Amino acid sequence: MYKKSFVLAAALLAAGTGSAAKAETLKFAFQGALNALDPYSLNETFTLSALGNTYEGLTRRGPDLQIEPALAESWEILEPNRWRFHLREGVKFHNGSDFTAEDVAFSVERVRSEGSDLSTRVPADMKVEIVDDHTVDFVLSSPNPILHYEWDTFYIMDKEWTSENDAVKVTSASDTSVNHAALNANGTGPFKLVSHEPGVKTVYEKFDGWWDEPKHNLDTVEFTPIGSDATRVAALLSGEMDMVYPIPVQDIKRINDNQGTSAMTGPELRTIFLGMDQMRDELLYSDVKGKNPLKDAKVRKAFYQAIDINAIKTKVMRDLATPSAIMISPLLFSRSDEFERHPYDPEAAKALLAEAGYPDGFSIGMDCPNDRYVNDEAICQAVASMLARIGVKVNLNAQPKAKYFARILASGNYDTSFYLLGWTPGSFDSWNVLDNLMNCRDETGKGSPFNNGGFCDPQIDALTDQILVEIDPEKRDALIAEAFKISHDNAYYIPLHQQSLAWGVSDDVNVVQRADNQFKFRFVTKN
Amino acid sequence: MIGFATRRLLQAMIVMLVVAVLAFTMFRFVGDPINQMVGIETSIEEREALRERLGLNDPVAVQFFRFATKAVQFDFGTSYQFRQPVSDLFAKRIPATLELSFTSALFALLVGIPMGIYAGLNRESPISKLFLSLSLVGISLPTFFIGILLIFLFSVTLQWLPSFGRGETVQIGSWWTTGFLTVSGLKALILPSITLGLYQMTLIMRLIRAEMLEVIRTDYIKFARARGLPDRIVNFRHALKNTLVPVITITGLQLGAIIAFATITETVFQWPGMGLLFLQAVQNVDIPIMSAYLLLTAFMFVAINFIVDILYFLIDPRLRVGRP
Repeated sequence: MYKKSFVLAAALLAAGTGSAAKAETLKFAFQGALNALDPYSLNETFTLSALGNTYEGLTRRGPDLQIEPALAESWEILEPNRWRFHLREGVKFHNGSDFTAEDVAFSVERVRSEGSDLSTRVPADMKVEIVDDHTVDFVLSSPNPILHYEWDTFYIMDKEWTSENDAVKVTSASDTSVNHAALNANGTGPFKLVSHEPGVKTVYEKFDGWWDEPKHNLDTVEFTPIGSDATRVAALLSGEMDMVYPIPVQDIKRINDNQGTSAMTGPELRTIFLGMDQMRDELLYSDVKGKNPLKDAKVRKAFYQAIDINAIKTKVMRDLATPSAIMISPLLFSRSDEFERHPYDPEAAKALLAEAGYPDGFSIGMDCPNDRYVNDEAICQAVASMLARIGVKVNLNAQPKAKYFARILASGNYDTSFYLLGWTPGSFDSWNVLDNLMNCRDETGKGSPFNNGGFCDPQIDALTDQILVEIDPEKRDALIAEAFKISHDNAYYIPLHQQSLAWGVSDDVNVVQRADNQFKFRFVTKN
Repeated sequence: MIGFATRRLLQAMIVMLVVAVLAFTMFRFVGDPINQMVGIETSIEEREALRERLGLNDPVAVQFFRFATKAVQFDFGTSYQFRQPVSDLFAKRIPATLELSFTSALFALLVGIPMGIYAGLNRESPISKLFLSLSLVGISLPTFFIGILLIFLFSVTLQWLPSFGRGETVQIGSWWTTGFLTVSGLKALILPSITLGLYQMTLIMRLIRAEMLEVIRTDYIKFARARGLPDRIVNFRHALKNTLVPVITITGLQLGAIIAFATITETVFQWPGMGLLFLQAVQNVDIPIMSAYLLLTAFMFVAINFIVDILYFLIDPRLRVGRP
């Protein structure tokens, strides 16, 4: 009798603490596949997001994207050029080996080695000095206030495991064989990999030795890529999936109306914008010969003011977009509320065109992807019809992203006059936007490689250099605001909006939707 | 005979070469693989280096020669997205496609033949007319639409059957996985095989019906009836047997089509077979997979045609007349 009640009490206790026998499995689907597991092979949101459940960086980001300590407990800037990271003690990799400073030094070397797609995570000339087993110094050649901004996705690997399994060399995109690290994972994260069949299924299991107190209550996680939108939505509606993403905007109502499922929407960090060729002396695709009308700020502003952003928001995006006045998400820049869009005013736009010498407008070719951003082609069509009202005839060329990017980027010699693009700064910081999109470039893309329109403003370049090394946050933000203001005043770009994330979620699970579109299992609880 | 076979073989090889050239040149227009292989922030120098390492800067003729010489040795290169040999990937995906194709062919036969017989024997009955109009639907609706319709009816509304995937599979030997041995595997087979086999089913049904109508008008059936043989014997032993010859030919040819065109069904049901692999490859501009897939499909059709030609030659003596 005594024995029996003891067992009963134990069972009750077990149930009370939440470690009941019921195994919670999270099943989720994404539109694309998880190909290689090597954390330095591909710098792409979904890959990094998925890997972030098994691997961890020195830092991590919370639900609101704020930087938190992860494998490093704390860090300090000893001198402007020397950062000291205090590593967490007692952290184990999934294979049981200890996490030490050696692993950090090793990962720094590996992430900037040849073949790595994440080499920008650490400055090429940064030196790593191991102080002791759990202290590391990073020595820079010049101050860098955002050194650690991208380190939440710079995942630390186990030196021993990687060396033992002959995986020190990163599996690069051109390799003809995969190394061990591309099909297996050994991180310190809350979940360890059980099986991985690229393009078919990946299974994770809770890691009991995780250093942090788990807030999730999952035991296993199953990921299946489902490419077809209709099937992905059906899998959620039928209850076979707990969470699917992304969901098409036109299915949101259906998912909300269905019992037991709902759509989660929220702003994404990506800014969708229009760019214009301001480099060539004659546009490639236009009936204006001998000169480039887009070099004239009046013409660019006319384009800007001809676009009815609210119509795009309500009609094309079904209200799942936040119109934007700057080239970075307001979530990522403290002074973003100082910016306001040039108002929608077709009459003013017409006047500006006439002033610039095009009273009857002109024709221009526009390039647009049709499978990359939310309703990308529809946005371009709307823009085309709005520009038609001020006399600008747009010849729209919408194509799949595989062809589109080959054409409008450096590899296609920037073969475009007018284009739509989206940008999320990987570092969540404005400097990334300035450095990639807004500095001068030459024909080969040296400078800002994604400044496809090729505009060149030495003032912005100078500011970018200052911003890179300015440590005082307030001064830094003032410099950033100044650079964005120059771009705004000259209408170098036409920012459109931040598109929204749309995830389909079963009522049985609680998930956190981060604005960077990363899905972290550690935030998930299942009822 | 030998001469005929050699000529046919030579023709087949020319066809393969043409397909290879077409397949290869076509991919010039799909897009740039590099953008799919690296993140957007990867520098231009690194992209260029990658392009060089992959040999994408070489003239197309050189690239094709490299591709063709390797392909004849069954080396289809390394997939850009998975970084594994394409032949390994295919080997892993073939069981799923073959099981799906086999099941849908079986479905087409098991449902199509009885329906055809019934419709042939009772041409005026309302059920026959229903079969005929249903078969029109089966032929005219696009595959993906049928698939999605079935998913919404049986998965979402009734929640009887899974909407995607193969369910649980069992490993047999080192490389074959089967869904035939688990309940969830069998359940997962139902919707995709109906979707894939529907067209073939209607084809078989209409074929059998037409043949039956033809055969029961012939004299030997009339004689058989006159001799007082029971209907069952006449219908099945005499009539049906004689309708089966064209059905077998068509079914054999259609099996090739089922395997080759499982692509759409596999995409709708996220069925992890060759077709899905191919479509994912198209989206990611994974040229090695695309080339190999098209080449294999062409090879299958060429091989089937070759065998059929040889069989006809053996069966039909008229083909031999006037040929050295």
